[in-house]
Amino acid sequence: MSTDDLETDLTRKTENSPRELLTRSFFFLCAALSVVTTISIVALLVTEAAKFFTLTAPLMGVTGETASIVDFLTGTTWQIHNKEFGVLALVSATLMITIGSAIIALPLGVATAIYLSEYASKQARSVLKPALEILAGVPTVVYGFFALIYITPAIGVVLPGIGTFNILSASIVVGIMIIPMVASISEDAMSAVPDDLRQAGYGMGATKFDVSTGIVVPAALSGIFSSFILALSRAIGETMAVTVAAGAQAKFLNPLDPSSYLEGALPMTAAMVQLLTGDITGGGLAYRSLFAIGLVLFVITLIMNIISDYVAQRYREAY
Amino acid sequence: MSHKENTAEVESSNMTGTEDPTNDEMLVQTDVSDGLSASTSVSETTNAETIIRADDINVWYGDEQALQNISMEIPENSVTAMIGPSGCGKSTFLRCINRMNDLIDVARVEGELTLRGKNVYDDDVDPVALRRRVGMVFQKPNPFPKSIYENVVYGLKIQGIEGDYDEIVEESLKRAALWDEVKDRLHESGLDLSGGQQQRLCIARAIATDPEVLLMDEPASALDPVATSQIEDLVEELAEDYTVVIVTHNMQQAARISDKTAVFLTGGELVEFDDTQKIFENPESQRVEDYITGKFG
Ligand SMILES: Nc1ncnc2c1ncn2[C@@H]1O[C@H](COP(=O)(O)OP(=O)(O)OP(=O)(O)O)[C@@H](O)[C@H]1O
Ligand SMILES: [Mg+2]
Repeated sequence: MSTDDLETDLTRKTENSPRELLTRSFFFLCAALSVVTTISIVALLVTEAAKFFTLTAPLMGVTGETASIVDFLTGTTWQIHNKEFGVLALVSATLMITIGSAIIALPLGVATAIYLSEYASKQARSVLKPALEILAGVPTVVYGFFALIYITPAIGVVLPGIGTFNILSASIVVGIMIIPMVASISEDAMSAVPDDLRQAGYGMGATKFDVSTGIVVPAALSGIFSSFILALSRAIGETMAVTVAAGAQAKFLNPLDPSSYLEGALPMTAAMVQLLTGDITGGGLAYRSLFAIGLVLFVITLIMNIISDYVAQRYREAY
Repeated sequence: MSHKENTAEVESSNMTGTEDPTNDEMLVQTDVSDGLSASTSVSETTNAETIIRADDINVWYGDEQALQNISMEIPENSVTAMIGPSGCGKSTFLRCINRMNDLIDVARVEGELTLRGKNVYDDDVDPVALRRRVGMVFQKPNPFPKSIYENVVYGLKIQGIEGDYDEIVEESLKRAALWDEVKDRLHESGLDLSGGQQQRLCIARAIATDPEVLLMDEPASALDPVATSQIEDLVEELAEDYTVVIVTHNMQQAARISDKTAVFLTGGELVEFDDTQKIFENPESQRVEDYITGKFG
């Protein structure tokens, strides 16, 4: 009797019990669902975009109008009614908003993270962290109107004659939007730095500033970089705020020329919204260009993610 | 009374200021020119060798008392050992000397602890300046995630000490008995070293800035006998110019290297503080004798 019990206890039965199988399948299905969704979206993007280009359309059995892939990738004029699809006009606007928002959000986000992790008292933290989370939760269209109603007029005071729609206020508002992301991910990385290292610094006669900037930030660098890249991906993909604030007129601008930030332009995401909402001319070709832009956007964000993974691997926190 | 305030003011310039904190000549001179009225000059002469004086120090962590009424006088240019069972407050006492307890939210220190006559808990004392004069080697090795070289020069950089860094690095690593093992890989991460090597790196880092007082919390606990004896040699050598306060669980080590020994026992009391020889050969207290002979831990 007792030996029987022992045997049953020791043989592996649980792994194949029906309940175990059921739960395992359930979790597998959940995981599979997101993978399948991603694959379908990518497949849709690629096949629809293929119908847009002269080069690939025949393969997809499309006979109507098509566009040159070279003109698409190198052209700087985006005029749908003239059948000009130069995506660089849109890419330049997206790039400028990304640069502009990065200039605002990266330093402010890291400074906020340093404050939260190294300087803030328990009470200050308990107020600031939820405030940041709320900031991250505001619908982005609200940010767009905030830019239109407050930021642009405020810029107008300093720079009279600025248009209602401009890259600068779109950049500022996207910058504000992504600060919480930079701050909270960087703060997590800084809080994870072991206290021993701070003690070592203070023990050497370091000031709080020395410890924060010379020990904690370098030790948390990979987390901080990750926060940058995630925030930039977010800026690139941001749609509603820039649709409202940046303008509706596509224009190729030089991102390195500060004066071009005062002009309005059409970022990639806003162009896609325009195409989707349908008040455009250009027929099937214009509609299919939507997927071509989407594919470019997807590739850019994919590259950002790969860089982020690489950085996280390469500069893994080791303390 | 008014004189005391006066001294405090003069000396505070040295602990609150950012100018070279190791320049104690200046401190001594100010004292002499200032020591016209009787009280200090008497205490200065009678206790010329006392560098650190603890007067009725009590420490609490929250509601729990970790040290009870600790008073002792630590002589200059000597090695003072702190021994006692685990949890009796040795590390806590070390942290009182350089005010590292300030960094622990729940810690509360009461009493007076003077460094060359200046109470380090006075409001005008800058703990940063204090810690530049009182270096520390922690119980657990904690090198920075930087290169070996950068670890050693860290203190020099933040304290704005100039000099031939290469030479200081070599010198400090040699004194910490680590040079031969790392001289070919100074620019590799300090974290790639073994535990004992990391501890010696931390010692090199602490002595690179030439502090007046060096607090060492079980610096040899992770070292092999050879490295241990090298560190013991270093401690004895350091005591020619500096004051070393060292925590150790190793009785022989305390007996070998220290001039004075403080025996703490559970509950955070200082049971006996005397010349090392006296403590080990003829302690006043039965409890100390029991502890030293291993009857009580
Ligand atoms: N940061 C802290 N917060 C709360 N209590 C603490 C803290 N540090 C130490 N204590 C308590 O204070 C007492 C003394 O601790 P301390 O570290 O000074 O002992 P120790 O003599 O150095 O022991 P060991 O030989 O094990 O290092 C212990 O009871 C410990 O639990
Ligand atoms: Mg200890």
